[in-house]
Amino acid sequence: MLEYSLRFLAGGIAVSAFAALGDTLRPKSFAGLFGAAPSIALATLLITLSQKDAQFVGLEGRSMIVGAFALAVYSWTVCVLLKKFLQSSWTATMVALIVWFAVALGASAALFQLS
Amino acid sequence: MIVQFKPSALGQTRWYEYLVRFVLGGAMTVVTGLIAARFGPVIGGLFLAFPAIFPASATLIEKHVRERKEKAGLPGGRRGKEAAALDAVGAALGSFGLAAFGLVIWLMIVQSPASALVLAAASWLAVAMLAWQVRRWL
Repeated sequence: MLEYSLRFLAGGIAVSAFAALGDTLRPKSFAGLFGAAPSIALATLLITLSQKDAQFVGLEGRSMIVGAFALAVYSWTVCVLLKKFLQSSWTATMVALIVWFAVALGASAALFQLS
Repeated sequence: MIVQFKPSALGQTRWYEYLVRFVLGGAMTVVTGLIAARFGPVIGGLFLAFPAIFPASATLIEKHVRERKEKAGLPGGRRGKEAAALDAVGAALGSFGLAAFGLVIWLMIVQSPASALVLAAASWLAVAMLAWQVRRWL
């Protein structure tokens, strides 16, 4: 329970800090870089390192590369839905989650056979 | 185009919007931990790059820009969407940085955990900024 409380606190602080930093930066495309900040990763990896061996964390890092690729495709999809199809941000970001899951799980299965 | 730092922009965000980000970020970190514990590091690691708070952030950006334009008597719907789309472009470029972060963790964490985390964070920033700069040149 304590571990998950710590995770909640660390994740909340890290995500809020990166998001607030993004709010203060212009132009918007530069601020958007902070939308892909390793906020959850930093909070998670520090706690995981204290409990598991470094090899476990290393495998998470390897999968994170695939997740980041899925995030790039997701973000591009959101951009297209907003600009070309004039969807609201909420609809665009929610619909595009299907793309994230498809790319992340598909690429992971192809590369690592979900080992 | 010069990057500007505007602390006054923090005042545009309402307290409950900060709360939403905190709760979403905290919840996603807990969920990521649960997924890694249940399904292992290969699946768990994917969720370290899950767009957890991006939907909330993009929605806030669209709302803030729309409200600002409408306050000035201008139609803000399209401008709000364009601002959110620009944010999405930035997130796509930042994803390259996130991949660099994961790469450094994968290659270095066993040898030196502390150095790996510092270098990974530095790599994220450097690669993300480089990707943004390259897009400007193209």
